[in-house]
This record gives sequence, structure tokens and C-alpha cells, in this order.
Amino acid sequence: MTDALDRPLPVRDDPWALLRSATRARVALGRAGDALPTARELEFRAAHAAARDAVHQPLDPAAVRAALGDRELLEVHSAAPDRATYLQRPDLGRQLAEGTTLPRTEDDLAVVIADGLSPRAVHEHAAGLVGALLERLPGWSVAPLVLAAQARVALGDAVAAALGARAVVVLVGERPGLSSADSLGVYLTWDPRPGRIDSERNCVSNVRPPHGLSYGQAADTVAALLTAARELGASGVALKDEGPALPAGAY
Amino acid sequence: MSARRATLGGHTYEFPTLVELMAKATPLRSGDVLAGCAAASAAERVAAQTVLADLPLATFLDEQVVGYEEDDVTRLVLDTHDRAAFAPVASLTVGEFRDRLLAWAAAGDEAAISALAPGLTPEMVAATSKLMRNADLVAVGRRTRVVTGLRSTLGLPGTLASRLQPNHPTDDPLGVTASIVDGLLQGSGDAVIGINPATDSPARTVALLELVDEVIARYGIPTQSCVLAHVTTTLRALEQGAPVDLVFQSVAGTQGANRGFGVTLDLLAEARAGALALGRGTVGDNVTYFETGQGSALSADAHRGIGGRPVDQQTLEARAHGVARHFAPLLVNTVVGFIGPEYLYDGRQVLRAGLEDHFCGKLLGLPMGVDVCYTNHAEVDGDDTDALMLLLGAAGCTFLIAVPGADDVMLHYQSLSFTDVLTTRQVLGLRPAPEFEVWLARMDLLDDAGRVRELTADAPAARALLAAAAS
Repeated sequence: MTDALDRPLPVRDDPWALLRSATRARVALGRAGDALPTARELEFRAAHAAARDAVHQPLDPAAVRAALGDRELLEVHSAAPDRATYLQRPDLGRQLAEGTTLPRTEDDLAVVIADGLSPRAVHEHAAGLVGALLERLPGWSVAPLVLAAQARVALGDAVAAALGARAVVVLVGERPGLSSADSLGVYLTWDPRPGRIDSERNCVSNVRPPHGLSYGQAADTVAALLTAARELGASGVALKDEGPALPAGAY
Repeated sequence: MSARRATLGGHTYEFPTLVELMAKATPLRSGDVLAGCAAASAAERVAAQTVLADLPLATFLDEQVVGYEEDDVTRLVLDTHDRAAFAPVASLTVGEFRDRLLAWAAAGDEAAISALAPGLTPEMVAATSKLMRNADLVAVGRRTRVVTGLRSTLGLPGTLASRLQPNHPTDDPLGVTASIVDGLLQGSGDAVIGINPATDSPARTVALLELVDEVIARYGIPTQSCVLAHVTTTLRALEQGAPVDLVFQSVAGTQGANRGFGVTLDLLAEARAGALALGRGTVGDNVTYFETGQGSALSADAHRGIGGRPVDQQTLEARAHGVARHFAPLLVNTVVGFIGPEYLYDGRQVLRAGLEDHFCGKLLGLPMGVDVCYTNHAEVDGDDTDALMLLLGAAGCTFLIAVPGADDVMLHYQSLSFTDVLTTRQVLGLRPAPEFEVWLARMDLLDDAGRVRELTADAPAARALLAAAAS
């Protein structure tokens, strides 16, 4: 301990800054008695409030439609009638609402935009990512876009099966963290049909410029994965092992 | 077997199997609804509780919830059951057992309650908890004594320890060290300094073990380290001669769910023997650490029992405790709000589950702690976790988990903060583990009243520990 005491501290004016610069964790917050000081407490609440609001903000189809311009957009709803049911019954979020009909277009690819756990992520990033992705897929026939409310990733399997598509890409709002309420994830499934399991999909997560992946970066990766999946006739673990290297930070 | 039925409000409810009876007697939670085993109405739930109250406790020795032939957890529980320890309560029904426990608790008879553990099965304590209100769970938990030790002694009356959880998104040594220093300066870490590694690589695990071992040795801290890697990774680290204090593993209440975790009972025994052989303890020789949590079996689709019927998640959780106790753990904790609202929907359900898990674990003889936590899509916030942490403090919980500012930047969920542990100790008059308290005093981290000081950065203790982060 004597050695440690003798060692000079590198940041003389505020030694706590040393801790803060070493990690994104909330270190050296100070104390008010045995609790957090008011300012730190309110910072934490603000981060939690942003995450909560991102989960509970209703999906706004008109806003998504406007952002997509003149692309055709079909709307579907999962079998979960409301947010509370959606959060407690993931099984319902994977099924289409009873009576849903979709045109059987038999294209190469279906693109499903799902609110997931962050409608905010869809509002902010879905149109940008869809545009970047479709630009990179000139040889693919793409079914009308589908916007899905109260939806989990696997709802894409049901949508794609109804459309008769050979592959599906699901853009889904990811579970908000305290520092990332607007992160979009992308899940790719070859030969999609109800009953596919997670290990049969490939995922690119944390699409949220400027802090996370850019639309271009994410679209490059997804387009490369789609091409590889078409060659292999499969997606998931097998594809990840043999497929193209993902750009740094993709996961 | 007499028909299990009860009449309530003119309606007769029947419960053809023990699996259904246990599930329908369970207080409402989303995971049981998802599994399709919850009571269909509030009245049916109370009817099930009424039937359960009249069931002889010994029924659980003859009639299984998960089959003996197909499940090694059931075999472990029944094959190691201690009839002599069970004798004092062998003639009671579940309802009478609840009453007896509450009477002992009110009289402060810790010895009578604590001696039962080897004679109780997970299903017995789960059934009893279903008849208890939250305050009952607190009152009995408080009088169930379980003391363990390695380099600190945990579970003594009037103490509340904490796990310091210095996780970092990339396991960066400086980042981890900064969080360790932050926690030590706020009096956390007496249960364990326990890191969830960002990857399960053996090399990373060894590096983190060496890092924490060096901090502990350098400052003479009477605590233990743990890197919460998979047990097979820890076995590799042991082979390489790494300083392993504790073998960690997540465990669940069915053989199938444990298979999903990639563990078998033999593997756990092998790893425990490896850590025990290192002889790293000073005050005890408990060298294992387990985490559990309601919903883990359902999420692994391994939650079915006799007749293929879904078993309620609270009974399965108690069975996970039945696995853990076989390996003489230093620490066990439930991670109560981690896996999301489809298992525990809101603050009310999380609160109830935390108290149940603590009660069941303690009664089965475990040094039970709790990770009081939540995700952003659950209907839970800091007010809910405050209530649970204070009730757990009152219930004599062995330890709570704490992370910097309640925000785990690696696992992306909220747990308690170091200041939350201080608040719980202060409000309830609880103290750290005795060896750790002596160390805090020696580091001049305590004031004259024994409280952890608010430090300025130029205080000698702060300088000493900040130097660890600087080096």
C-alpha cells in the first residue's frame, strides 16, 4: 500500500476524472448521504425515461409511409392486440392477426419493418436503411414492403410465407438500453416459414447513425449475407461460418 | 389418492394432478400465463391454495412434479433427502407447516427452522411459499440462518454483503478496475468481486481472474473474486493454474434446462473439486457460486413435468436451488427481473418473486442473495427496486448485487447501485461482512460511527485505490 500511496496520480486537478475516463460505467457519481446526488439521479431517470418512451411510443404508419416516399407499403398487425399483451406474450407477436391476407407475389425477397421493442427506432431509421439496402440489390425482385405492428422478428416468417418470398429481411426496433433507445436490428432468414428458429437467421444489430452502424455499412453487410445465403440455400449458423467477413463493429 | 377439489363461491374447482395444483396455487405472474399453467381466475387460485394447504408435506416424497426416471434433478433431490431432518415436520400439512414456520420465526427460534434444510425438498418449500404473503416470506427468511465463508464470512445476523459487479463491454482491464475502485470506495464487494465477461474465452477469463486477484492481494481485501464464465471455461482456467476462488454456473430446475446451459451435475462436481484443491480460503471452504432465476426453464422450453404438463416457474426455481445446495455454495443469487416482462411483468411480480426466491433458497439451506434488477421493457422502475431491496434487507438476505450507478453497461440492464447497498444498510442497521468491515476501517474508509465515508479524491484511501486504476 505504501507503494501505491507514493505513486503519482496522472490527473492532478480531478483524480475522479481518471475513473470516469476509463469506462462508460457510471463511476465516481458522488453521494448525497448514502444516496445519489440530485443531478446524477435525474440523469439516470432521463435515460430510463427515454428508453421507456421508446418502448411505449405507438407505431406511426403515416410517418413511416411518408419517409418511404412512393414505395408500396402493406400494413399488418400481429395477434397481440395491444402493447401490454405484446410484452407478455411473445408467441402472439410472432403470429399474424386472424384474417390477415397478403398478395402472393412470389418474389425473391420480402422486407418487413417491425416495431419490435422500439417503434422510435423504426421511425428514425427504417426508411433510410430500406433505401440503402434496396439500392444494393439490383438483381432481386422485391415484394411490396410490409409494416408490422406489435411484431417480433419471427412474424417475418409468416409474412414471407404468405407472400411466397424466398428470403425475408426483418428490420426491427431493438430493446432500448439506457444509452440507446433508437437502435434498429436486421434479421435475415432464407426460405422463411413459421417454425424457423433463431440459429437459422443472421443478424446485424445496432443500426443507429451517428452513434451505431450507418445505413450504408449495415446495408453492405445485409446485401452480402443475402447473396451468400442465395448461393448456400441457407441462412444462420452455417452461413455465418462460411460467409463474408462482417465489417468491424457490425455486432 | 383422494380427489383434490375445493368449493368456493358455489363453484367446485378440481385439480387432477400435483403439477396443476402447484401451478394454479401460484400468485399471478406473466410467465405462468405464457406457459399456459396459471389459474384461470382469482377464485381458482385461492381454491388451489386451499387444497394445497391440506396436502400432507410428505406427499412430495411419494408424488413427483417432474418424473424421477427422466430427470436427474428429481433424482438428486429424492436420493439425498434426509428423513431425520424432516422428522420434526413430517406429520404436518403444507398449511400447518406454514403456521409452524411463522410461530418459530416469531419466537426467534432460528435453530429449529435452519435445521430443517436437508429434510426439505424444493417442492415442499415452493408449496409453502405459495400460501405465504410477502411479510410471511420476510419474517421466516429473516430467521433462517445460513452462514458460509471463503475469505469473508457471509450470512451472520445483522449483516448484508454485496457483490461488486464491475462489468465492461469489452472487458477492458482499466475499465473493470475503475468500477472495482468505485465500488470498494463505497463499501461494496464483501460477498465477491464478480465479473460477467463479455466473451467466454478462456484467455480473457484468466486475464480477468489475475487482474482481480492482484487487486485483492495488493490491498489485502478479505473477499473473493469470480469471473462468471461457463463452468467448462473455468475448468480450463483451473488447468492453466489461474487463481480461481469460485466456480460459477447458472443452473435451472430441470435436467433439460441444465442441458440447455451446457451443464451436468458431474461437471459441477468436477469443477468444485478443482477449486477446492487450490485451498484458497482463509475462513471457510465454500468454493461455488450459482445464479438462478424464474423463467429460465420456460425460456429453454424445458419446463414440463409429469404427463408433459407445464410446471410453474416458481416451483422450477426452487428446484434450481435444490441443484445448487448439493455443491456447498458460498453464494447463490436469483436474477429476479433480468429475462423480461414475459416472465415477470411488473414491479409487483418482481417484488413477489424476489421474496419467494430468497425464502425458498434460505429454507433449503442456501446463502441466498438477489440481483434486484429490471429491463427497460418491464413495468418496473427504481421505486420498485427500492421496495424489494429494503424488504430483502429486512428478510436477512445474504447479499445484493451492485453496479456503478445501477447501470450495467455490458449486460444492458439496471441493477442496484453501490449507494443502494449503503442505504439499505443504513435504514436497517445492517453491517458488511465482519472481515471486510475491519478492512474498510483499516483503509480509513469508515467514519467514527462506522459508516462508509464520502471521500474527497485526496483522502489517503482514495489515493491508494485510485492508484490501482492509474497503474
